Amino acid sequence: MAFSAPTANFTPLNTPFLRSHDNTLVSSLSPSPFFGSTAKLRLSSSPNFNLHRRSGSVVAVSEAVKEKKFKSTRNLLITKEEGLELYEDMVLGRAFEDMCAQMYYRGKMFGFVHLYNGQEAVSTGFIKLLKLQDSVVSTYRDHVHALSKGVPARAVMSELFGKTTGCCRGQGGSMHMFSREHNLLGGFAFIGEGIPVATGAAFTSKYKREVLKEADCDHVTLAFFGDGTCNNGQFFECLNMAALWKLPIVFVVENNLWAIGMSHLRSTSDPQIYKKGPAFGMPGVHVDGMDVLKVREVAKDAIARARRGEGPTLVECETYRFRGHSLADPDELRDPDEKARYAMRDPIAALKKYIIENNLASEAELKAIDKKIDEVVEDAVEFADESPVPPRSQLLENVFADPKGFGIGPDGRYRCEDPKFTQGTAHV
Amino acid sequence: MFGVVKQKMLRLSLTQIRPAVSALRSYSSAAKQMTVREALNSALDEEMSADPKVFLMGEEVGEYQGAYKISKGLLEKYGPERVLDTPITEAGFAGIGVGAAYYGLKPVVEFMTFNFSMQAIDHIINSAAKSNYMSAGQMSVPIVFRGPNGAAAGVGAQHSQCYASWYASCPGLKVLMPYSSEDARGLLKAAIRDPDPVVFLENELLYGESFPVSDEFLDSSFCLPIGKAKIERVGKDVTITAFSKMVGHALKAAEILEKDGIDAEVINLRSIRPLDRSTISASIRKTNRLITVEEGFPQHGVGAEICASVVEESFAYLDAPVERIAGADVPMPYAANLERMAVPQVEDIVRAAKRACYRSEPLAAVA
Repeated sequence: MAFSAPTANFTPLNTPFLRSHDNTLVSSLSPSPFFGSTAKLRLSSSPNFNLHRRSGSVVAVSEAVKEKKFKSTRNLLITKEEGLELYEDMVLGRAFEDMCAQMYYRGKMFGFVHLYNGQEAVSTGFIKLLKLQDSVVSTYRDHVHALSKGVPARAVMSELFGKTTGCCRGQGGSMHMFSREHNLLGGFAFIGEGIPVATGAAFTSKYKREVLKEADCDHVTLAFFGDGTCNNGQFFECLNMAALWKLPIVFVVENNLWAIGMSHLRSTSDPQIYKKGPAFGMPGVHVDGMDVLKVREVAKDAIARARRGEGPTLVECETYRFRGHSLADPDELRDPDEKARYAMRDPIAALKKYIIENNLASEAELKAIDKKIDEVVEDAVEFADESPVPPRSQLLENVFADPKGFGIGPDGRYRCEDPKFTQGTAHV
Repeated sequence: MFGVVKQKMLRLSLTQIRPAVSALRSYSSAAKQMTVREALNSALDEEMSADPKVFLMGEEVGEYQGAYKISKGLLEKYGPERVLDTPITEAGFAGIGVGAAYYGLKPVVEFMTFNFSMQAIDHIINSAAKSNYMSAGQMSVPIVFRGPNGAAAGVGAQHSQCYASWYASCPGLKVLMPYSSEDARGLLKAAIRDPDPVVFLENELLYGESFPVSDEFLDSSFCLPIGKAKIERVGKDVTITAFSKMVGHALKAAEILEKDGIDAEVINLRSIRPLDRSTISASIRKTNRLITVEEGFPQHGVGAEICASVVEESFAYLDAPVERIAGADVPMPYAANLERMAVPQVEDIVRAAKRACYRSEPLAAVA
């Protein structure tokens, strides 16, 4: 059964308070205490929308019965174009990461590389709903976030190879993907570091609208981070400030149950992360992160809420990484049964099944997409291979936006004005 | 008060933003005095009114009028959206400032003292300083982190550390330390206009001190260059480099030395990173002796860097070993007499200068 079945770890979620809210959600205007926020979630009056709500958030980790009841309404969730777009994006993410692993073991990539296999539904489900001007802040597991946001596969692959044609000219690497053009704000190695930065980007969006009077500025920011980060102080500091100042941000937790070798259950006093939202005055939602359609439904609501100016949302996506923490991780601590269980819930296989069963596209069309993505990834590798390494002069570039920051040289002029400046090495 | 003064001042074009040291001297009329606090307040006020993207964020900056009253009156003038009182979350709001700076806003993040910046140091170094490099120029971070630094009076070990050398060792940051009102105003304006992250280290004990100011100083486009030191007192026998509060001590020491026939040159560094090595070097080549004075801990301090730099560039010109005067190598004690011993005093500078001038035997390692 490709769609979600609650795992043993999550039986606490089928608590009475969850079920009692199935009814209140359909009667749209009463504020649900489950969400904890005093702000009412404004639901449209269209019946389709209400059904979508129900299938999206509360019944996310649902019993099989509820699944079958809603199957007939699922046809309304996506159109053919959307389905193919989602499929292509997830396949791109998977194929790219698999190629990264190959390249790493061949020595073309080095350092720390963290792969996203298995979590594609979260990235695709959220990021494909954004506009170009919305921003995404990620962690070190950022290749697929970059690809979903629109950074070309060639640029990401070159960056991983450390070539000058990479999206950061080879200066950032796997963990530091930045793209001004696509509003991808990184790429941070320290967990929790991206959360305040994302909160700041959301702050800017609100500031632009209210202080700089750019009335149509409704940019939303998404912050992606993991289960381990949810114990870090910066996370709580930002939940507080985002809710306090009603910032247009969605905090997306990619709970894959493991922080390197530390199980989420061993490190967290209360493992249900979504409950931390209401403690700060924002809705906390749990969703099955292996199902891209469910993620997409929740994402639609959260992003719309932020765009309307109603403030942040905390979304916990239950997901899983099929590979180890990084390519250097032997991944010995995870139970093979657990891995097998989640492998059965592969989000790409699930979406494929959904598309075919609902006659949105044929098997041949999906295979054509697979082939196209293979070619894109191969082309990216070739491009990266053939690209030059950064020239020696690049070492000293971009330390400062204002290059006079290197100070005054012995001749009394600014160092950066000396024509031999960029020929130096560490000895500036 | 400022409105009246502005009518009287000279109109200077923007091309004269970086006046030479001597030109500045010729403009000062010594008639007006301004405290460092007023200078900082006026700089913030003018920059905020000139550019709506500048905003101030920190603990107690708004309704309390600033923990040290630096941001007095700004909340009333600019409103709570531009003067933000934050919760006690240094890491959070420093990071929020960086995120806002990525998008072209110009945050001024105030730390109540720089000791608290240690809670946010990950954001100052990792997401502010390094971002322009990691993103190959895509994300510049026009942010200013400011606040009092160094020892105050009787505040104990956890509130008295000087962070100049910590931040100055990190590429990607600019570190400025003003002494006088002129420094404070000019450097803060330059810092706010600068497209890179600037760590602006003030000194609490200097806030109330008054300095004479020139008419040019009061112009709203007055700015000092980042990376240039100022020679506060020209001399020929020994060079004393200092920054922040220690400049005052060095100048007093120079007066005492003058009576003993030693003509000291005092350099106010102003900019710790980038360090104005060429001014220091030129001064050494003139006087042949160097004393570095700083308030912070001696090991790996600013004085150590200046010494190494001078040895690399002007070794042949030195007539005596470089001496560094720094704070005692201990956490700051509380008792008033111990605290006095833990921070450099004017007598220490005088003694060191005399040792450098009359020495015939090797260096004694006592600050």
